[in-house]
Amino acid sequence: MEGLINAIVLFSNFVLIPGMAYGSQLALGALGVTLIYSILRFANFAHGDLMAFGTMFVILITWWLQSIGVGIDPLPTALLALPFGMAAAIAISLLSDRFVYRFYRRNKSPAVIFVIVSIGVMFLMNGLVRVIIGPNDREFGDGARFLIKAREFKEATGLNEGLALKLSQGLTIAVTFVVVIALFWFLQKSRTGKAMRAYSDNEDLALLSGVSPDRVVIVAWVIAGSLATIAGTLYGLDKSFKPFTYFQLLLPIFAAAIVGGIGHPVGAVVGGYVIAFSEVTVTYAYKKFLIYIVPESWEPESLVQLLSTEYKFAVSFVILVVVLLVRPTGIFKGKVL
Amino acid sequence: MTSSMRGPICFAIMAALLMIVGFGQSWSVALSIINLCLISSIMALGLNMQWGYAGLFNVGVMGFAALGGVAAVLVSMPPIQEAWTAGGWDMLWTLAMLIGTVLAVLGVRRLVPSGGLRIILTLVVLLCGYGLIRVFFDPAADAIEDVNPAKTGYLGGLGLPILLAWPVGGLVAAGAAWLIAKIALGLRADYLAIATLGIAEIILAVLKNEDWLARGVKNVSGLERPVPYEVELQASAQFESWAHAIGMETVEASTILVKLCYAGLFLAVLVVIMVLAQKALHSPWGRMMRAIRDNEVSAEAMGKNVTRRHLEIFVIGGAVMGVAGAMLTTLDGQFTPGTYQPLRFTFLIWVMVIVGGSGNNWGAVLGGFFIWFIWIEAEPAGLWLMDFITSGLSPESALRAHLLQGAAYMRLCVMGLILLLALRFAPRGLIPEPVRR
Amino acid sequence: MSILLGENMVGGYGGADILQGCTVAVDAGEIAVIVGPNGAGKSTAMKAVFGMLNLREGRVVLDGKDITALSPQARVKEGMAFVPQTNNVFSGMTVEENLEMGAYLRTDDFSGTMEQIYDLFPILKEKRRQAAGELSGGQRQQVAFGRALMTEPRVLMLDEPTAGVSPIVMDELFDRIIEVGRTGVAVLMVEQNAAQALEIANTGYVLVTGENRFTDTGAALLANPEVRRSFLGG
Repeated sequence: MEGLINAIVLFSNFVLIPGMAYGSQLALGALGVTLIYSILRFANFAHGDLMAFGTMFVILITWWLQSIGVGIDPLPTALLALPFGMAAAIAISLLSDRFVYRFYRRNKSPAVIFVIVSIGVMFLMNGLVRVIIGPNDREFGDGARFLIKAREFKEATGLNEGLALKLSQGLTIAVTFVVVIALFWFLQKSRTGKAMRAYSDNEDLALLSGVSPDRVVIVAWVIAGSLATIAGTLYGLDKSFKPFTYFQLLLPIFAAAIVGGIGHPVGAVVGGYVIAFSEVTVTYAYKKFLIYIVPESWEPESLVQLLSTEYKFAVSFVILVVVLLVRPTGIFKGKVL
Repeated sequence: MTSSMRGPICFAIMAALLMIVGFGQSWSVALSIINLCLISSIMALGLNMQWGYAGLFNVGVMGFAALGGVAAVLVSMPPIQEAWTAGGWDMLWTLAMLIGTVLAVLGVRRLVPSGGLRIILTLVVLLCGYGLIRVFFDPAADAIEDVNPAKTGYLGGLGLPILLAWPVGGLVAAGAAWLIAKIALGLRADYLAIATLGIAEIILAVLKNEDWLARGVKNVSGLERPVPYEVELQASAQFESWAHAIGMETVEASTILVKLCYAGLFLAVLVVIMVLAQKALHSPWGRMMRAIRDNEVSAEAMGKNVTRRHLEIFVIGGAVMGVAGAMLTTLDGQFTPGTYQPLRFTFLIWVMVIVGGSGNNWGAVLGGFFIWFIWIEAEPAGLWLMDFITSGLSPESALRAHLLQGAAYMRLCVMGLILLLALRFAPRGLIPEPVRR
Repeated sequence: MSILLGENMVGGYGGADILQGCTVAVDAGEIAVIVGPNGAGKSTAMKAVFGMLNLREGRVVLDGKDITALSPQARVKEGMAFVPQTNNVFSGMTVEENLEMGAYLRTDDFSGTMEQIYDLFPILKEKRRQAAGELSGGQRQQVAFGRALMTEPRVLMLDEPTAGVSPIVMDELFDRIIEVGRTGVAVLMVEQNAAQALEIANTGYVLVTGENRFTDTGAALLANPEVRRSFLGG
């Protein structure tokens, strides 16, 4: 019995909690991508670097706040800096829309052109981030590190395995919960939110009903920029900030959005957790877990790891391909294919 | 200027720029740039075939190039006997298991009618197959990697001349392209982009991790060369006298000669591919390709097998990229999977094709030269610019140091701007596709 | 006195003129139907009245006000409503949300209007929480009508409302249209099912190659042997 409980704690510590945290970060990223896709109708390859851009501003302001001794211990100071980062991300999104995307929108260019254009924007943002903050790892987290410490847990429960919950993980899950609820309330209940859903559903009819396309586009970028910054900051607090990682996150984020059904916010959230848990469960070494629950004679020699952790992104990609081949509209019957 | 003059004028300007570098910086630098321009042009040609001829949105260029590079290793490095005896047989068994699993899955799909049972059976077969594969693979990989891990730790290659690696690289890339096309070509453009990006990442991940194949991130260096070594030239008295006769230092002359040899080889390959590409473009096959690109529905209604044509072009384009990848690894003399970054490869090549002129082979070559040139020269130029901007700050300022360090990344911004400006104001590129009436 | 008048309209989609000087009008509380052979310009005439294409000649007058220069959105604000032939609902949104979108431009409380719509189209009340895309063709058309009526327009324009529905559903839809007319809204309708449409029409316009060929009451047109022979299959 004790073995089973230990196994559950082990699993929670190394799979469940990290999966929940990572899934939340992916969910927020995927929500941004899916929103841009449903309103502006293209896959925004610059989204990863938008996350990096917003997070960069959060970091800079955080450092400044830390240097002048402002803090909200035990919570990370970055939370105070978050609104500024969001503002920066929104600003650059609106600028890029005004000077880049709007032209092609007015010309009714095909979606492919938008994607190539977003690659250009991606280059720009990528370069800007590296010039301003540099390409290396940056630390900016402070405040309490752990909500639950492994050692304290072991002492309290007397178990062999400790459960650790980092503040960043707890914060990620909590913030994501709040943001998702707020976003869904906005889309379902508010007038602007309904207008956006209408615009996404049937553009011509929405225009006929008096929806202002410019306003819808602006709101879309505002939300996407905010979500990107929040996702990027939470990810940076949880792991660390390195510009290149954010570009790499693009693939699981796209996978999450598509698996859940592109254009569907619910899909993006569900997709985020599906991808995250798949990545974590497939690359976890089950050896210790199995040792806890199977009789001694069956104990495994090898790590019992389906794929090495290096192949994490491969997992999200394989899921993406399978979904695209088998059920291209995703779980929640997304927009197009 | 008339459109027919545009091409030659652009190339003349390009040549002039290279001359300036040659005289201004050094001929060695200019030749290095030229060599990489040549390779980039070939990659751009490959992408141009996929995008410009057929409208296929391939964001996985990096993967094909990497496959070409690993082919260079697998063809030219000598086989490591010890590794083969340690794990060779088990590896072959693994391969057998892999083929068996694939056949079993195909069999299930063919024999069992569609439905829940088929899905369950497929999953069962996949799981069992995977288990069997791992049974043979794990010990094999470990055994191979244990053989002298510092120096080798992999199976080695075939020990054949490296020039052979170039067409082999093309073939390997073509094979991968075929697989990818079979899976993903039915997807619409932006989904194909995501899919190809993902596949390239997977290829890279495999190359970085499967040490038994090509040493992963430990890299394979010391690849043999198709041209002489500088040290050999410097040691030769004949060469020394020849160098002095034309008024150059021996060392400098040796590096320049080596680079010239490479340039010659690369140029030869470029010419061959260019001739083939132009012939294909102007052939009935090429016209059909472009007809399909411009109006797929009509073409299909006329009975053209669109899927088949797309497959062909994707494979051919991929093969060209693979050849270029092999050439690149040969030039480097080593295979470093860590250097295959999507920005440097895939997206840069895209800028080349777009700015040069998609759909036009000369445009792709010009784009290759022009964009690579900017990419390389942007680094010192950016440094110079940043130096100028921060000249107001004190020399010890941390901000200044930091910004100077970041100057190198300005070229990313430059590239982004170039791409955006090109797409906005010159979407058909510097040398656009000639409109045929 | 017609509440809506499209007079001597000449125009097209940019190239050749499709409308060659045609006139249509409808009075408040009445139903006017535009019929004619394929390519006669029926839908074009309606789109011209709504402002979706530019008129080279002619004008459109709404309740005495010349609205020829106004954009479609502006005309909606003036009290016109248009139901396109296809893609006329927000299929991913519920029936009730569709109606809410119909009232998007209104700043006042529109719950009264919504109740009226539910009275007019009882099936909508029953299915108000269902996604519009899940409804049958006829029900979806009713959602489309309801959405358009949420602005309490003076004129309702319908582009082939019974296209692609079964005869029973067509009857149901025409019944609903008559009810709408009874509330005082002027209904201008383009229809392919000429015979059935003319039966409920106060005024019928037969258009041929962009011009008015016959204009009369619906009953008179139905009785007219020439009309019957040419367009109604005898």
